[in-house]
Amino acid sequence: MGVDRRKFLKIAGLGAVGLACKPATDLFAKVVLSEHSPLAGKRLAMVIDLRKCRQQDDCTACIDACHQVHNVPTEFDTAKHEVKWIWKDQFDYAFPEQDNPFVHKRFERTPVLMLCNHCDDPPCVKVCPTQATWKRPEDGIVMMDWHRCIGCRYCIAACPYGSRSFNWGDPREGLEEINPDFPTRMRGVVEKCTFCEERVVKGLLPVCVEACPVNAITFGDLDDPRSKVRRLVRRYFTLRRKPELGTHPQIYYIV
Amino acid sequence: MIEKALTGDKRYWTWVFVLLAIIFVAFLFYLRQFREGLGITGLSRDVSWGLYIAQFTFLVGVAASAVMVVLPYYLHNYKAFGKLTILGEFLAIGAVIMCMTFIFVDMGQPFRILNVFLHPTPHSMMFWDTVVLFGYLILNLVISFVAIDSEYKSIPPPRWIRPIIILSIPWAISIHTVTAFLYAGLAARPFWMTAVMAPRFLASAFSSGPALLILLCLVLRKVSSFHVGREPIQKLAVIVTYAMTINVFLILMELFTALYSGIPEHGSHFRYLFWGLEGSNVLVPWMWTSVVFAVIALLFLLNPKTRHNEKTLAFACVILFLSIWIDKGMGMVVTGFIPSPLHHITEYVPTLPEVMITIGIWALGALIVTALYKVAITIRGQLI
Repeated sequence: MGVDRRKFLKIAGLGAVGLACKPATDLFAKVVLSEHSPLAGKRLAMVIDLRKCRQQDDCTACIDACHQVHNVPTEFDTAKHEVKWIWKDQFDYAFPEQDNPFVHKRFERTPVLMLCNHCDDPPCVKVCPTQATWKRPEDGIVMMDWHRCIGCRYCIAACPYGSRSFNWGDPREGLEEINPDFPTRMRGVVEKCTFCEERVVKGLLPVCVEACPVNAITFGDLDDPRSKVRRLVRRYFTLRRKPELGTHPQIYYIV
Repeated sequence: MIEKALTGDKRYWTWVFVLLAIIFVAFLFYLRQFREGLGITGLSRDVSWGLYIAQFTFLVGVAASAVMVVLPYYLHNYKAFGKLTILGEFLAIGAVIMCMTFIFVDMGQPFRILNVFLHPTPHSMMFWDTVVLFGYLILNLVISFVAIDSEYKSIPPPRWIRPIIILSIPWAISIHTVTAFLYAGLAARPFWMTAVMAPRFLASAFSSGPALLILLCLVLRKVSSFHVGREPIQKLAVIVTYAMTINVFLILMELFTALYSGIPEHGSHFRYLFWGLEGSNVLVPWMWTSVVFAVIALLFLLNPKTRHNEKTLAFACVILFLSIWIDKGMGMVVTGFIPSPLHHITEYVPTLPEVMITIGIWALGALIVTALYKVAITIRGQLI
């Protein structure tokens, strides 16, 4: 053992100082959180204004920003292995139950932005055999533990929105640039959007919200009657994806 | 006792080494999958379960079917099945181990699999499936080894084993019911969301499992001095016939509800399965093979002449087994994903490594059943 008495005392001393500091840093942490987290809501939700999104036909600003920040690879051998946290697809794929050949011609080419719905009653959480995915009671975010996930893909079978991706290969191989502030994943685990939990905790908006050039995405606490998301869902008629399944999705679309 | 599996003639050892060679090749393919990830299979974003989970589902049925010999013998004291019970239980042991291996190779992070027990989650059907499968394996190991051990020592089996045997009967039903619940409780997959899933699983299990048992008995008669006799085989054939009739009936119920109601998200899966959807039709020839085999098998079984003739009975058992293997395996699992919840159609074809790993696990099962049967037959042979 390379630890002599002197070194031991040094380490012990440092440890004692650290313990003494703990209450102080705790206090600091509390202050920072309450000051900078107006977003720490009970039921975080998102309103996506497809009218604004429509104006920017080929825009992928939110997708690019999200995938870059979260180290989601952009290059895949085949589309079958893609990992997607947020993506666009045609209106009738997003809302297959809105089967109306005449009205929605207008929307036919409208790409709809899709991501995890952070359901109030998430089927993925219900089926996960290891609780590697769970719903946070404090803000409603459906979280994912990539270190506990066994890669059984039951959550993928259970999700009615196609919001979950599996790493069929090593995702690090497809990364051009790595964001050191966010973990990369390994092959064989499931991942998905986490409502930028790592930013929300710091009081920042999700990166897709910030990246949108036309402010089509609004994020906030639906339980707060004065929040912007609450005002929007009150003012406009909004759609949710497959509400009939009882999952209570928390992404609202203004069409 | 178990050392009886280590003595045998040249034919026995050739068979064992052929199986070992297949397992070894499959293991090499698995090492590749382990290193590179499940991307080397044909699975995809949209079709995230395939051949492995299909085999798992089918084999849970084979495992559960042991109850079809255990129940008549122990509950109804049907003596003719006396020689068969041990074969049924040993087959169940082999099948459960295959199930577990298929689950293992399907995992993205197989070495984390014990997280299922580390973080027990009662609201997940997969947790319960793991529990009942492990329980069933232990039950069958205990029951069969106690039975064969008392035969070996020529003493009556201990009294405490009887309640355990009785427990194994509902337990066998439970493993297949919970396996059906894995699928039948998912709102996202209308194809699987049907209340007849569990009854259908049981009906198909109680026909395919005993059909395999009949075939194994006929093989044993060829390769060894072990004869179960004509009566138990004929009784099994009747069980197979009833179960298959119920199975086909339940499939027709399923088709009626899905197609007559006309709800697109229910019907589209069946359309994909039987006729193809938007030009995608990989499963169509397989499914019709399954249908034709089922009809022929049923005709052969329902007709007393062909059922009583062991040659035609064996033929019926082979095609019945294949029919259910297609329908309950790939047909049931893969079609649940096509079309996807977003109505995209991505087809699935297993890759060579995937097929090789699958064959390897079947070889592993065959090896286990061979060794166990060898023990049973040798002990019985010494007694005669």
